[in-house]
Amino acid sequence: MLPALRLGQEVFGYVSPAVQRLAADRLGTSPARAEEVATFYVMFHTAPIGRHLVEVCTNVSCCLTGGDRLFEYLKHKLGVANGGTSPDGRFTLREVECLGACGTAPAMLVDEEMHERLDPKKVEEILGRLE
Amino acid sequence: MSDTLILTKRWGKPDSAALRTYRADGGYAALDKALGMEPAAVVDEVKKSNLRGRGGAGFATGLKWTFLPKDVRPRYLTVNADESEPGTFKDRYIIEHDPHMLIEGIAITCYALDIHAAYVYIRGEFAKQARILEEAIDEARAAGILGPRLLGKKDFDLEVVVHRGAGAYICGEESALLESLEGKKGYPRLKPPFPAIVGLWGKPTIINNVETIANVPWIVANGGDAFAALGVGKSGGTRLFGVSGHVNRPGVYEKPVAYNLKKLIMEDCGGVVGGRKIKAVIPGGSSSPVLRGDEIDISLEFDAVKAAGSMSGSGGVIVFDDSTCMVRALARISKFYAEESCGQCTPCREGTSWMEGIVEKIEHGHATAEDVAKLEQVAGNIGGQTICALGDAASMPVQSFVKKFRDEFLRHVEERRCPYGDHGWGLDQSSRPAVVGGVRY
Ligand SMILES: Cc1cc2nc3c(=O)[nH]c(=O)nc-3n(C[C@H](O)[C@H](O)[C@H](O)COP(=O)(O)O)c2cc1C
Ligand code: SF4
Ligand code: FES
Repeated sequence: MLPALRLGQEVFGYVSPAVQRLAADRLGTSPARAEEVATFYVMFHTAPIGRHLVEVCTNVSCCLTGGDRLFEYLKHKLGVANGGTSPDGRFTLREVECLGACGTAPAMLVDEEMHERLDPKKVEEILGRLE
Repeated sequence: MSDTLILTKRWGKPDSAALRTYRADGGYAALDKALGMEPAAVVDEVKKSNLRGRGGAGFATGLKWTFLPKDVRPRYLTVNADESEPGTFKDRYIIEHDPHMLIEGIAITCYALDIHAAYVYIRGEFAKQARILEEAIDEARAAGILGPRLLGKKDFDLEVVVHRGAGAYICGEESALLESLEGKKGYPRLKPPFPAIVGLWGKPTIINNVETIANVPWIVANGGDAFAALGVGKSGGTRLFGVSGHVNRPGVYEKPVAYNLKKLIMEDCGGVVGGRKIKAVIPGGSSSPVLRGDEIDISLEFDAVKAAGSMSGSGGVIVFDDSTCMVRALARISKFYAEESCGQCTPCREGTSWMEGIVEKIEHGHATAEDVAKLEQVAGNIGGQTICALGDAASMPVQSFVKKFRDEFLRHVEERRCPYGDHGWGLDQSSRPAVVGGVRY
């Protein structure tokens, strides 16, 4: 089920009810099961998101090295609250739990690619490269 | 003796993840040796080694392996690469720098336990590591190391499959992991029966952490006694300690299991940023009870940390300098457990969100002294009442933070604000270069 939903998300951008039904059909199970799984895991999006997903870790080790400030900075820069999408549809921003990069904190994922030892300048560069 | 490196030896070498690099350094010779032994003799070496699980609970690995019922087949091995406990960041580097060491460990373990299918459950956020591991498995399969004939020598079919998670801390808990592997939401199962008896798809299943399994080749190559000799008492070998927070050189350090915590921080990690004092240390991932700065002159060995009132857990050491607000830190930790509780058990679901709410209230200066007492009461009522250990994991930080830093909690109440203002996470929040198994990041 997880690989099927992941594939659906890659193709359609998010795990819509239609994607859930499709996955359930293919696996011979009920749409309710697919929905249960799609809503349980944070990496599945059940609603559309921006073109790029920016996920900043605000757990302890990251905050001790500036992760909290970085997240505030990004909210301000993109003009969004946690979970919001910038008006131009370019970025969806959200805070996430520990990414297993505590030694090289602060860390964020951009479209599932990990970036570590961040500061605002580095973040500018990374986001600036994206359409 | 204390300089022996088992896990980080090849990290940072050119092409350290490639099969030819691993083989040139004697890789897969331990599998060759194991194939010449009786499977039971391999298990005996692991028992003798005093290897204890590196995933958090520190359970004796050889003993766990003997829980498999004798006559039931198939059996499965699942390797836990979920690595989601805040403060823990070691397994990813094993996979990045030396995936074949893990694959060899898996192959030996499967041979020893007559297992023909192994699953590595890796957290979804580790996309790069999943790719590296999959490539290494393909390479090993193409070279005839994995099934249908192990090392091209022994008729023994072995499939190793990487399964990616999708973002849920609870899936690191072994029975939730199995549910997730079966394609469901990660709801922990009631135990007993334990996974060794009724596990994946109802079959006997051994679950071990990545680092645990990565030690197996060395144990077979050098003997269980040699591994045991690196440690003390009932704990053998070296361990990966991940140090993060306010230290000058954060990173992953491979040290004997009984290494001194203070030495690790003050010498290996170069002490605290700006020469400040240590206020607190979480010694084994965010679930382990916090220690005060004056309580850290201890051995990191499982039983020693337990005797000091905490847990060596996942080996994730988080250091807080004396300018950090402990209420703010606990508020963040409590938020984590409230978010990650799967919600199956009422004490955990309700308790974690109450605790989060009360700590937030204290942090913002809206609480009374009764709220602090209530917080302790709520925390005291979760443990032991739940299906899995997340309930305990959530209450232990609360109980220990309040007990050890009560005056800070009460100051928030008295001053009706956080005394640390905008600097709750410390006066110096700079990110320092890390040293990971000798490699600079
Ligand atoms: C809430 C929770 C989360 C856990 N997360 C992990 C994890 O991310 N990685 C891990 O190896 N073990 C984790 N564990 C421990 C596993 O349940 C299990 O004990 C471990 O994987 C066994 O392997 P070991 O004996 O080699 O340590 C977690 C336990 C709990 C209760
Ligand atoms: S203790 Fe918490 S996380 Fe564990 S099963 Fe119960 S509700 Fe879920
Ligand atoms: S706390 Fe941010 S990566 Fe671990």
